[in-house]
Amino acid sequence: MITAPVNTTTRFVRIALGLLITSLALALGWAVWTLPLNHAGLRDVVQAEVPRSGADNPVTAVLLNFRGYDTLLEVGLLLIALLGTWALPRSQGEIAHETPGPVFTAFARLLAPPMVLVAAYLTWVGAYAPGGAFQGAAVLGAIGVLLLLIYRQRTLHVFGRTPGWALRLLTGIGFVIFLGVALLGLITGGRLLEYPPELTGGLFLVIELMLTLSIAVILVALFPGGPHPETFSSTLPLTGKETR
Amino acid sequence: MTSALLYAFIGIAIFSIGLYSLILHAHWLRKILALNVMGSDVFLLLIALANRTSNGLPDPVPHAMVLTGIVVAVSATGLALAIARRLFAMTGQTSFTDQTIE
Repeated sequence: MITAPVNTTTRFVRIALGLLITSLALALGWAVWTLPLNHAGLRDVVQAEVPRSGADNPVTAVLLNFRGYDTLLEVGLLLIALLGTWALPRSQGEIAHETPGPVFTAFARLLAPPMVLVAAYLTWVGAYAPGGAFQGAAVLGAIGVLLLLIYRQRTLHVFGRTPGWALRLLTGIGFVIFLGVALLGLITGGRLLEYPPELTGGLFLVIELMLTLSIAVILVALFPGGPHPETFSSTLPLTGKETR
Repeated sequence: MTSALLYAFIGIAIFSIGLYSLILHAHWLRKILALNVMGSDVFLLLIALANRTSNGLPDPVPHAMVLTGIVVAVSATGLALAIARRLFAMTGQTSFTDQTIE
């Protein structure tokens, strides 16, 4: 809140809004209060089906098997957000090229290798304990952002030297593999996202690994917020400062 | 009054604060931040309500929804920030209004 001159209309709007939202909060609170306690939801149904799902961790089983449709669409949503960012034209002179401090650089370099290990562990452990593709990808994406901050003075854009097709492949492969496995069930006579029971473990591993890679690359590529790097380098010549 | 209910009420309270800010503030960054706060509290509410069980084992379905939801919220925020930055570069403005309420 800035101490701008607040006229009476504005004050009235604020008070009215405050009252409205307070009543909304009270209504929501009442709704939560009247919910039955000791309610297991779908837990027991999930627990009963977990042995057949291909993953020992119930959350992973829900994520990839019981609600696989939901997860598939959410990965597609990530891809759409990235495409939307890439569709924006670049405006010149936006990014400040600040040199990172020596402490940050050294710390990030120290941090990156253990974080890769943590990401790999989180993805792997998802089969039977809390963890999985999304958690692993979040850690992996954080490394990418750290490295991006270190090397920003040298590369104008994330993956500035990566060929465009490699970036497109990495961001798309998770969704494509997931969709392919989903369609496999359809082709072999079942329904969409119906996995062959004897193959679920292996299929989940492939999907999880590809999803981890894809989601991490998408998160890092979202960070600079510009168009696809290839578009950039082909339309604007690099100045001396960025190429060094 | 269980801890699940306590967390759910905290979620509702902060959700309301986020909604208030979303409506009142015109600045795009404030709106994006408010939406993020609201999203986080929906996640908090879902996780809290998943934990209403008697023997301590939570319901995994809301957990899976929140898990994907967090990553989707992050990417949607990234897109929103990119659009806001582009709009600022195009118009030099930081909101759609004439900033009487900042």
